[in-house]
Amino acid sequence: MALSAKEIRETTRWQDLTEGLSIYEPATSKGFLTGEWRTDTPVVEWEKCRQCLLCVPYCPDSSIPVLDGKRLDFDYDHCKGCGICVAACPFGAISMKEGK
Amino acid sequence: MGIKQRMSGNEAVAYAMKQINPDVMPAFPITPSTELPQFVSSYIANGEMDTEFIPVESEHSAMSAAIGAEAAGARTMTATSSAGLALMWEMLYVAASNRLPIALALVNRALSGPLNINCEHSDSMGARDAGWIQIYAEDNQEAYDNFIQAYRIAEHKDVMLPIMICQDGFIISHGVSNIELLEDEAVKAFVGEYNPKHFLLNENEPMAVGPYAVSCYGMESKRAQAQAMINAGQVILDVAAEFEKISGRKYGFFEAYRLEDAEVAIVAIGSACGTTKDAVDLLRAEGKKAGLLKVRVFRPFPGKELAGALRNCRAVAILDRCESFSANGGPLAAELSAALYQAKGQAEVLKIVYGLNGRDYTVEDARQVFADLEEMAANGNRDGQEYRYIGLRE
Repeated sequence: MALSAKEIRETTRWQDLTEGLSIYEPATSKGFLTGEWRTDTPVVEWEKCRQCLLCVPYCPDSSIPVLDGKRLDFDYDHCKGCGICVAACPFGAISMKEGK
Repeated sequence: MGIKQRMSGNEAVAYAMKQINPDVMPAFPITPSTELPQFVSSYIANGEMDTEFIPVESEHSAMSAAIGAEAAGARTMTATSSAGLALMWEMLYVAASNRLPIALALVNRALSGPLNINCEHSDSMGARDAGWIQIYAEDNQEAYDNFIQAYRIAEHKDVMLPIMICQDGFIISHGVSNIELLEDEAVKAFVGEYNPKHFLLNENEPMAVGPYAVSCYGMESKRAQAQAMINAGQVILDVAAEFEKISGRKYGFFEAYRLEDAEVAIVAIGSACGTTKDAVDLLRAEGKKAGLLKVRVFRPFPGKELAGALRNCRAVAILDRCESFSANGGPLAAELSAALYQAKGQAEVLKIVYGLNGRDYTVEDARQVFADLEEMAANGNRDGQEYRYIGLRE
């Protein structure tokens, strides 16, 4: 019996996989916590942040959520720690700290 | 009612394509399969088909477009030969592992080198582990009949695998002989519409095809794909039984020709079987117990059934129309020898390579093989040869 992507685990039997591992649901990447890959972690100094939002389109993983025209803290479940936002910020408001 | 005609193998398969009228055909021309996209293009231009023909820049693109079309939910076909199949190599595996029931009309031709356009099975045999079902024909009638059955097998819910319908380049593809065609309505009713359960263009079910699999999923995925190939065996037999009802022509994994009481037998694939049948008839007239086992289905490999059909033989020659360069004979010989061992077969086995680069295989060649088999049946494999060629100057 083919399971849905959300039900498939590392213990799932071959009989229960979908044909060709096709996925029949949208947005399943939300459940894939790529933040586990991170070695260094971006942090915001909020007093330096001017909410220019330049970091947002630079983030390759959509890990900077925006609400009502203002960026929120990082989505650490999915941020891989690439550091592109650090280079994109014109105000030096983002820095990388070592470790997760 | 069947329609009596005379056609080449390419004409026959193109006619089957017209009658089935699939949704999409991406193709790139290559000898000797060039006529297939050519005939289909003419049918489309004449308003006899409404297949979307995609002229692509290479065979890699042809198979890639076929994968895209099939994943989108369109019944898709293509055609190629030799180097064209080799250029599809990477994508053949993608089509099979993504479980896309594409039909490919293969006109068998030698791979380079030497550069050569003639018949050999090195192209399809090279792709034998790509995960495609492979069905071979002895003549134009079988090529036509096999193509009509192709989608019913490939699209079966227990299978969902791509299928290669093979015919010998030039010998079948360009040789004109008599054929009995089915009525258009009979073909349409037999093949039916393609209604995939999941497809990319379904706006009600967003889906992803071909995701990355880490090592904790890849092996399970391949095992499931292997099951589809195992399941294909029964489906091939069921579809053949249904096809017999509309055509009167009987098909299975193989044809056993005068094999029941045969002491010596040749096992072969493709047009060589017609030639071998002539030799068998001549030997039978002389009172010799010779027979033929014609392999129709190579993937899935019906090893147990083939070994069973040879159980009464004392010596068997397994003929390959390709050189594996394994220093151990061709692929049919290797796989069937293994199956005979597994079945505890007692027959002496002679592995033969023949017909390379379009070299003729004659009734006299077949008679020579049978003479060697009779000698082996009496005295065993005294030379201890792993394999040998026939029709070779030496």
